[in-house]
Amino acid sequence: MPTETTVAESAEVNGLDNLELAPKSDKGTLGKRIWKSTWPKLLAVAIVLLLWQVVVWSGWKPEYVLPGPRTVFGDLKDVITTGDFWDGVRLTLIRALTGFGLAVLIGTIVGAAVSRFAPLRAAIGSLITGLQTMPSIMWFPLAILLFQISESAILFVVVIGAAPSVANGLISGIDYVPRTWLRVGQVLGMKGLAKYRHLILPASLPSFISGLKQGWAFSWRSLMAGELLVIVPGALSIGVRMQQARDLSDSSLVICYIIVVLVIGILIDVLFNTADNALRKRWGLTGN
Amino acid sequence: MSLLEQTHVRTTDAVVRLENVSKQYGSGASALLALDHVSLTVRQGEFVCLLGASGCGKSTLLSLVAGLDKISGGTFDIGGRNVSLMFQEAALFPWLSVAGNVELPLRLQGVGKAERRKRAQELLEIVRLRGFGEKRPHELSGGMRQRVALARALAQNADVLLMDEPFGALDAMTRDILHDELERIWREQELTVLFVTHNVREAVRLGDRVVLLSSRPGRVIEDFPVTHGRPRRIDSPEVSGQAAEITDRLRAEVARHAN
Repeated sequence: MPTETTVAESAEVNGLDNLELAPKSDKGTLGKRIWKSTWPKLLAVAIVLLLWQVVVWSGWKPEYVLPGPRTVFGDLKDVITTGDFWDGVRLTLIRALTGFGLAVLIGTIVGAAVSRFAPLRAAIGSLITGLQTMPSIMWFPLAILLFQISESAILFVVVIGAAPSVANGLISGIDYVPRTWLRVGQVLGMKGLAKYRHLILPASLPSFISGLKQGWAFSWRSLMAGELLVIVPGALSIGVRMQQARDLSDSSLVICYIIVVLVIGILIDVLFNTADNALRKRWGLTGN
Repeated sequence: MSLLEQTHVRTTDAVVRLENVSKQYGSGASALLALDHVSLTVRQGEFVCLLGASGCGKSTLLSLVAGLDKISGGTFDIGGRNVSLMFQEAALFPWLSVAGNVELPLRLQGVGKAERRKRAQELLEIVRLRGFGEKRPHELSGGMRQRVALARALAQNADVLLMDEPFGALDAMTRDILHDELERIWREQELTVLFVTHNVREAVRLGDRVVLLSSRPGRVIEDFPVTHGRPRRIDSPEVSGQAAEITDRLRAEVARHAN
């Protein structure tokens, strides 16, 4: 087919395109945008602190059992300025990332296998969903019997808690590739590996990311349960420190560690949301 | 006809040939006969419009020609030629840029990166979307996305372009302009097009022939040659007049299905 024809400008086509493309909306400066998304969160924190302080003022519990925000934040400042504390955070995060990483690897392999082979799907498809509903703390007795009090016991529970979500995310992503895209793939002659590489995998990405996000939440929860239950000698993780604070009846320190765990959880959630939003924006999936 | 012959030489080779083709879905009592002894020939460089009311099996017919589905009876011969297919939805992949979408067929054929780029640029120029290659599909309007889909179909360098109501979801003005564009590209690129629509004027506006199908099951009722000179206008008296004639046939066919 010849293609060397030069295409003359068409005022009609050009005009129509310009009319149909929406004018760019002004979203304000970066500072303004950040403030817009930050102030509701700051307000929420303020409300929580106020309620907390009100309960303390009411004298419902003595101050040494339920200390107020001022005491706790004073202690928190002392805690986080020690290098020792950051060793604990590092240990906990290494466990979390190792467990989550393994869960992603296993979940992806299992998810890919299940969506590829129909018999496998019939056999273990519903089992995966079943596993997801299992509270991870129920795995600890078995994990301790299998691995004793060790890092492996914690890792086992973290992985078994998170892998099903990752697998399910991938499976539903593959299942719900739009039919028209599949037809395009067929028309373009995609088969086998090429079909996976150029169509199925990219198309299932949004669902896979939701699976990762959920998997992270599960592994983080499992890990916290694990650190309170399985105290590996010498490993001063966040959970262990919290347990020690409880043993010393130091409520303020216990609340400090609750805040630390909360903040880590929120920060990582922000990371996942950023990835998710970037993808949605790129794909044009955001409402507007 | 004479005007066409003057502008470019057309051979009479059959590119797509269907003889007494039937297509049945399911079997036994619940079987549905979608196409019943359909015979149709599309020649090299021809623009053929398939027209019919609901349930005439237009889309089934396209799927058969595209090789997405198998015929139940009769003979189907496409001589090993390649086809490309466009749908009502542009169905562009959101994870690729506009240029990436156009390049995809070439990538699958193993064409090198530099050549792919160059070819995609040419194709985008043909559909008048130069400078939009780096955009994402969702940043374009519906009409522009259909032009990208057309560029992607052209990238396949297929012998036959199948179009399944490609402008069905667009507003009248956009559709009008895209008719002009499609006609121009068909002429310049010497395409062979099989175009499915339920819009009679659109069929007469675009086709060298309009093939009218009956509904449930789909059969060829009549094959109308359209001989008005090109470029045509959808609101010209000739197009309107022939469209009215074909509409009458179509209405009679629809009325046949009354209780």
